[in-house]
Amino acid sequence: MPTLSLAALEDTKMQKHGFSIKVESVAQDFGAFAALRDVSLEIKPGELVALLGPSGSGKTTLLRVIAGLNAPDRGRVLFDGEDATYLPVQDRKVGMVFQNYALFKHMTVADNIAYGLKVRPRRQRPPKTEIAKRVEELLRFVQLEGLANRFPGQLSGGQRQRVALARALAIEPRVLLLDEPFGALDARVRKDLRRWLREVHQKTGLTTIFVTHDQDEAMELADRVVVLNEGRIEQIGTPEELYDQPASPFVISFVGEAVALPVTVADGHVNFAGRELHIDTHGLRSGAARVFFRPADIAVASQGSGEIEGRVESIRRTPAGVRATIAIEGYDQTLEIDSPIDQAASLGEKIPLSFTKARIFPADVPDFDDIADGI
Amino acid sequence: MSDILISATSRKQSRRQRGATDDTAFARVFLIFLAILFLLLFLFAPLAVVFVEASAKGFSAFRDTFHEADALAAIRLTLIVAAISVPANLIFGLAAAWAISKFSFPGKSLLITLIDLPFSVSPVVSGLVYLLVFGAQGLFGKWFSAHGIQIIFAVPGIVLATIFVTFPFVARELIPLMQEQGTVEEEAALTLGASGLRTFWTVTIPNIKWGLLYGVLLCNARAMGEFGAVSVVSGHVRGLTNTIPLQVEILYNEYNSVAAFAMAVLLASLALVTLGLKTFLEWKYADALSGRSRRH
Amino acid sequence: MTKLSAAPGSVWRFCAPSVIPGFGITFGYTLFYLSLIVLFPLATLLWRSSELGFSGLYAVASEPRVAAALRTTFSLSFAAAFIDLIFGLIVAWVLTRYEFPGRRLFDAFVDLPFALPTAVAGISLAALYAPNGWFGVCLAELGIKVAFTRLGILVALIFIGLPFVVRTVQPIIAELEIELEEASATLGAWRLQTLLFVLLPPLIPALLTGFALAFARAIGEYGSVIFIAGNIAYISEIAPLLIVVKLEQYDFAGATAIASIMLAISFVALLVINLIQSWSRKRFGHV
Repeated sequence: MPTLSLAALEDTKMQKHGFSIKVESVAQDFGAFAALRDVSLEIKPGELVALLGPSGSGKTTLLRVIAGLNAPDRGRVLFDGEDATYLPVQDRKVGMVFQNYALFKHMTVADNIAYGLKVRPRRQRPPKTEIAKRVEELLRFVQLEGLANRFPGQLSGGQRQRVALARALAIEPRVLLLDEPFGALDARVRKDLRRWLREVHQKTGLTTIFVTHDQDEAMELADRVVVLNEGRIEQIGTPEELYDQPASPFVISFVGEAVALPVTVADGHVNFAGRELHIDTHGLRSGAARVFFRPADIAVASQGSGEIEGRVESIRRTPAGVRATIAIEGYDQTLEIDSPIDQAASLGEKIPLSFTKARIFPADVPDFDDIADGI
Repeated sequence: MSDILISATSRKQSRRQRGATDDTAFARVFLIFLAILFLLLFLFAPLAVVFVEASAKGFSAFRDTFHEADALAAIRLTLIVAAISVPANLIFGLAAAWAISKFSFPGKSLLITLIDLPFSVSPVVSGLVYLLVFGAQGLFGKWFSAHGIQIIFAVPGIVLATIFVTFPFVARELIPLMQEQGTVEEEAALTLGASGLRTFWTVTIPNIKWGLLYGVLLCNARAMGEFGAVSVVSGHVRGLTNTIPLQVEILYNEYNSVAAFAMAVLLASLALVTLGLKTFLEWKYADALSGRSRRH
Repeated sequence: MTKLSAAPGSVWRFCAPSVIPGFGITFGYTLFYLSLIVLFPLATLLWRSSELGFSGLYAVASEPRVAAALRTTFSLSFAAAFIDLIFGLIVAWVLTRYEFPGRRLFDAFVDLPFALPTAVAGISLAALYAPNGWFGVCLAELGIKVAFTRLGILVALIFIGLPFVVRTVQPIIAELEIELEEASATLGAWRLQTLLFVLLPPLIPALLTGFALAFARAIGEYGSVIFIAGNIAYISEIAPLLIVVKLEQYDFAGATAIASIMLAISFVALLVINLIQSWSRKRFGHV
């Protein structure tokens, strides 16, 4: 497992600050398909931001617009306050790491890393000795010393990933962009590299944006997460904010698990399966709605004080105690609740359940499962 | 499922949108122009000439060519030669592909290289080797002439030379295809009780039918159009040992250009049909023909 | 006739045991037919040329007319293959990466030299470039004579060699990942640099292979060439034609010698192609 050497970092003259990025009302259509609809966000210098969403949500398109690989149909992109919307990608100084690394297979590792420096116009090109030095420093930084003369075909997936990163860092970019950087690797390597990316970010201080569909990854790594769905931003916030204060059914159901109880709202009262739930409707108009809460926020209530009633369908032992699968009338899926052995319910028993931290939304706002099934 | 569809479409469309990586419009237009010009001058023009020259003196002159006895004899001979060589190489191709793709034995790549040999031999040399074996000065020449059998400068020699030249076509098509298909289906059929032959007809052949057709097409086109090898072993005896290509040569050298091109039209049309079917097969049945990583 | 069970340590079998029948007959027939049609005749050629020995071969090769024919053949084949390399690359690039009306048609037509019989190509090229032909007339105004000169041979060899380059390079171009170009752009390279440093190098093995294939084919080409060439000894006579001439003179030894030399060159070309392919497989991880 590669660890970064602080000493190696101090040797390098890598920039230790990043640029701020502002995206203003960016939209992009591919023919009839709207990949991005009126997307705006601000990224502070040095932030590590995740663009999270399912396939087709527009996250990669947004990354490419920031990179300059796609020109948006509407809107602007600003780097440190300067309008960079139509700046050619070659002038943007973005360090991009692609999903499949896009290493130049016919060049050695060293040549790959040096590429960005070698293609600079003569006036801006550092002398050969300095290029070689920087390549050495970067190889040390990503813990791949000694592999300078290997070819990408001779490296493992994780090693290629690190070469791609070193290559992107070589040009002293203003921002680091990563497109599903760990998607092509197996689970074990992925975990290690996640930790490693966090370290890289801490040590370089570069503004970093990465795209992922894996919410674990986003939650673990990012300072802030941008949740995208169908070309729109559903919510931007820290991982805690997304867990605890989800702004929409999509966010609740995409980030972590959620139970969606169909209810009816009438004059500020929430009714489910003939009983009233004590939830603040926040002025929601009358009609069909759904109540969302996390399975972790539901518990067996003391007799008589439960909000909803469930029936135990099956029970099984777990190392910690007992897990009961509970069916709720009026809801088509089952819940699982853990309890210590001495408090276990029995099969078929009706038990009252109560929950905390519920959020209510109109029924016609789709959540992630709707989108996955529906279109 | 729909997500995959959406992302696939958007990826494809983002390819078209790749402003950052498109060649400049000028470069594109210039290169397209250059390529088309080259193709028109070097490929299309010769083809067009055949048809234009054949009709230079009107349709009746064109048609009269085929009333000549020599022309008809040439056509007949070409058809006979193709009718013998194509099936012969077809059977060989099937046998070789079966042996190579369904079994494991040492020396496979050597065998495949040997099968490919006729491709790398010049047509004239191909004819020459048969001359050396069967010609009057050749290895068996005396034996054959003593028995009154004429090979060289007669039809049998032409057939043999054509077989040589078109030898690899079917095999080359079938071997990679059948190798890619493996042995699973045949093994399944056998375990279900089918005999070897039945398995072959009902399982193998349907799987390879498009590749087979493709190989036969190419084999046939070459068999009918072979010139160099046949020229060496034929005797150029009018009406007897001239195939269409040889007849074309004779007519051309006699300055009878309309007749020469008229005969050439036959072959050119065959070439167009072959190209058309080839394109159709490649377009429609790309998977069924896959496995061809080598060009002819 | 299953060969399923073999006792351990028993007889070495040529063919691994298999449930599938028919090995014996198909393999046997394959070898028989191959030997009869291909190996035996070729062996005869080798045997006859070995009768001449190296000295005999060299003697023939150094006859002025033979030497001239060989020179003509090799130099013009090389030049034609080279021109095919350049234009083949352009054609392959344009057909694979750009969209324009008629693209499919042009793509299909690249195979014309494969499909068109050589004699037909021969007479149509001759008619095209003859002094009164469509192109001959235009070129005559520029003072360029093509038909019945070495230039004519070159044109014919360019014609037949083109598909070899195009069809070998096309699949490689098609497989170039767009991410490579995008990565190069993000690293600051402009279009020309990306083209030269990132896109072209992976094509080199295919280009070399296509060149070698076109070259090997051009050396042996007969029918397409003899109508447009002048066939003048020492000047525009190709080696295959010289073989035919010698046969007509009953100089079997001479014909055999030239044929052996050409065969040897073909094998060398094949070997080079195989070496290129295995080198590129090691270097780039693909052919």
